[in-house]
Amino acid sequence: MTGVNTLRPAERLKIPRQQAIERPPEERCRTFQEVSLGFDEERALVEASRCLECKDAACVKGCPVNVDIRGFIELLLARDHLGAINRIREANALPAVCGRVCPQETQCELMCVLGKKYTPIAIGKLERFAADYEIRHGLLLPPPRAQPGGEQVAIVGSGPSGLACAADLARLGYRVTIFEALHAPGGVLRYGIPEFRLPREVLDLEIQRIEALGVEIVTNVVVGKTATIDELFEEWRFAAVYLATGAGTPHFMGIPGENLVGVYSANEFLTRVNLMQAHRFPDFDTPIKVGRTVAVIGGGNTAVDAVRTARRLGAQQAYLIYRRSRDEMPARREEILHAEEEGVRFILLTTPIRILGGPDNRVCGIECQRIALGEPDMTGRRTPMPIPGSEFILPVQTVIEAIGARVNPIIQTTTPGLESDARGTVVTDETKRTSRPGVFAGGDLARGGATVILAMRDGRVAAASIDEYLRARRQAAHPVGAAAGNVG
Amino acid sequence: MESRFPILAKTMLAPTIARVIVGAPLVARKARAGNFIIVRVTEAGERIPLTIVDADPAGGTITLIVQAVGKTTKLLCALQQGDVLRDVVGPLGNPTPIVGCGIVACVGGGVGTAELYPIARALHQAGTIVHAIIGARTRELVILEREMAACSTSLAVTTDDGSYGRRGVVTDALGDLLAGTPEVGAVYAIGPLVMMKAVVDLVRPLGLATYVSLNAIMVDGTGMCGGCRVTVNGQMKFACVDGPEFDGTAVDFDELIVRNRSYADLERIGDQRLTCELASAGTETR
Ligand SMILES: Cc1cc2nc3c(=O)[nH]c(=O)nc-3n(C[C@H](O)[C@H](O)[C@H](O)COP(=O)(O)OP(=O)(O)OC[C@H]3O[C@@H](n4cnc5c(N)ncnc54)[C@H](O)[C@@H]3O)c2cc1C
Ligand SMILES: Cc1cc2nc3c(=O)[nH]c(=O)nc-3n(C[C@H](O)[C@H](O)[C@H](O)COP(=O)(O)OP(=O)(O)OC[C@H]3O[C@@H](n4cnc5c(N)ncnc54)[C@H](O)[C@@H]3O)c2cc1C
Ligand code: SF4
Ligand code: SF4
Ligand code: FES
Repeated sequence: MTGVNTLRPAERLKIPRQQAIERPPEERCRTFQEVSLGFDEERALVEASRCLECKDAACVKGCPVNVDIRGFIELLLARDHLGAINRIREANALPAVCGRVCPQETQCELMCVLGKKYTPIAIGKLERFAADYEIRHGLLLPPPRAQPGGEQVAIVGSGPSGLACAADLARLGYRVTIFEALHAPGGVLRYGIPEFRLPREVLDLEIQRIEALGVEIVTNVVVGKTATIDELFEEWRFAAVYLATGAGTPHFMGIPGENLVGVYSANEFLTRVNLMQAHRFPDFDTPIKVGRTVAVIGGGNTAVDAVRTARRLGAQQAYLIYRRSRDEMPARREEILHAEEEGVRFILLTTPIRILGGPDNRVCGIECQRIALGEPDMTGRRTPMPIPGSEFILPVQTVIEAIGARVNPIIQTTTPGLESDARGTVVTDETKRTSRPGVFAGGDLARGGATVILAMRDGRVAAASIDEYLRARRQAAHPVGAAAGNVG
Repeated sequence: MESRFPILAKTMLAPTIARVIVGAPLVARKARAGNFIIVRVTEAGERIPLTIVDADPAGGTITLIVQAVGKTTKLLCALQQGDVLRDVVGPLGNPTPIVGCGIVACVGGGVGTAELYPIARALHQAGTIVHAIIGARTRELVILEREMAACSTSLAVTTDDGSYGRRGVVTDALGDLLAGTPEVGAVYAIGPLVMMKAVVDLVRPLGLATYVSLNAIMVDGTGMCGGCRVTVNGQMKFACVDGPEFDGTAVDFDELIVRNRSYADLERIGDQRLTCELASAGTETR
């Protein structure tokens, strides 16, 4: 493949990093249409031509699933866009999603050698280009369906972790069923990440492609309630289970006024919009209420998604209140920039201490306090310390708390022998095995809130472990000839 | 991926209250008294909680009793045998702990009687002596009288307008019951929030436990959104996973009453729209 790029390295370094096409802020901040439109073919090819084709490509190590970045960029340059997407798919079952939502600046692009002195290759945007090219040209064909002959494996949760695990197991020939508590699959990709970052058609197509591998997705099943893990084994005859139920239970700050009308968790606020389409009320039945002025508390992707959604639902003024500085916000850089462009006001180094209500018990304001940053703590982040006497009140009608989430305990409390730590996080070893034989776990459930691609990596690691576990079981049952079984 | 849940039978118990039997085998297998489901009637529909009034694991069906109060419940009550529900998930919530001894009072108000009935029946089957009180606004809204009578030692009916049974509210009858039957050791009360609050206020001085089922506004029903949060004993609880049943003496009813009206204005819009849709659908078929 080498030799496609005819530019000398010095010439490549002179080309500036290409910018994605974006909907202008004034146009987009009232609609749910996608903000970034990515690269057109011309920009993609220019960007790809900047790549130095490093022998020991560092970028690949920065990607949690080790997408062959160098390889797919070369294929793009050769205008073999389908080849490029197929190369990506060898490692990543949801490329159109990851190209859009991965925090590339802390993963693949952080490691790109060009980043040291110049700007890194826009790996995410190129990945997205390849995926979108396939969709746009109607080339997203169902993959070859593996011959299902293997044992049945149950996956609990249809978020990125469950989907990635399912894709690998189906390819290995297992019969895979995903159980999902909600009425639609995708996990946070469906109920948390808004359409203006990840259009539903894109998500639907990626999930359909995984279903086409032979994966069955059964919605409306809450494992632990509708069926326990023990029942999945004993009555439903599953041979192994992968738990990927995420970290969906919202934290509240514990400050006065949190139960006033007009206070939402970001999960509820985003679920009403993304899953239930409340922004299309009354064409859709689920209501939502957003005041003229909205305050969102937090600094992660969830907070930024919530505040931008509030703008789109009509808030004239939307504040994002975060207790550290802008550089310490865990949200994706691109989204922080987009939020600023859309007129979100960042109130940094500030923490809320009380939500104020009127006589009707509806939110009418939020009292905050300024923060000074003290000595770095064990994680290296400086400890926020409230400054006495710095209190001030913001008049707002809606407050959205996005201060993090913990794991949902339903499965842990209904599965005897499944070890979890004090916070409910399921304990696993590096191969994603839990304390229960045949039960594996990963994604946010075992990490307590991370990223899409880390959740997907866990899913892939678990799929390999499940395969190994089931092979060993087969071997034990039929010591002769089992290794030649048609599975795997 | 498509899941549809057929309505196998439907009867009207009162002009605005329907009993529907739904095919939902997975839910039916596991349902216990006190559990509920979340249902979505149509693709554009809201997710709403409804109590599992009865379940037939062998036949794979569950029974719901629904009062038409707004768009979703009206839509549900307008469905007929052969129609389908888009989504049904459950059983959710903690089942009521059933203790098979002693003497209890079971107080149902309005459609709350439907939510109370499976609990009263389970208590009765376990050997508890049940004294039942059911209340409604008017005669035609009295539901499940025969069923409640079958699982209780005494049954009192009250109506606000006196058109049936005793005129007055359930707390009147409960006061008399507790005075006449001091052996009553616990009270189960399910109905409108104001009714449950009144029962708790009546029972609290006697030092008895009162179990209430909180009908907070829910979305997912699995602990994911926090929309159903209620204050119990000064602590935040999620009604869907920590409840829906709580010790009534510890519940902040006033807060919940306000929270349940959060969307009242928007709900009216949805409701009016449905009325128009149903009316125009009626003219088209004519
Ligand atoms: C608003 C928001 C924005 C984010 N933005 C980004 C971003 O831009 N980039 C990024 O990399 N990461 C982002 N994240 C984080 C990322 O989405 C998560 O790390 C990732 O989705 C975790 O994947 P998962 O498969 O482990 O769990 P989830 O995506 O949470 O999926 C879990 C699924 O399991 C289901 N489930 C739970 N319990 C049960 C049960 N008992 N039975 C059956 N099903 C069950 C849930 O309904 C859910 O569908 C964001 C998170 C949020 C909340
Ligand atoms: C655990 C539980 C069990 C219930 N069991 C029954 C039952 O067996 N039979 C029955 O008739 N009703 C039951 N309800 C009440 C029922 O859920 C509401 O009547 C229904 O949601 C109203 O929806 P609507 O669209 O028809 O009316 P709307 O006009 O939308 O609302 C009318 C009122 O119902 C409440 N409500 C609205 N949306 C929701 C929601 N998503 N979740 C909960 N409450 C809401 C609000 O207080 C609102 O003011 C139960 C509620 C809970 C929480
Ligand atoms: S999957 Fe994410 S981290 Fe990996 S190459 Fe693609 S954008 Fe980068
Ligand atoms: S490190 Fe950067 S320049 Fe090198 S191969 Fe990867 S993307 Fe290309
Ligand atoms: S309904 Fe969402 S947490 Fe209870």
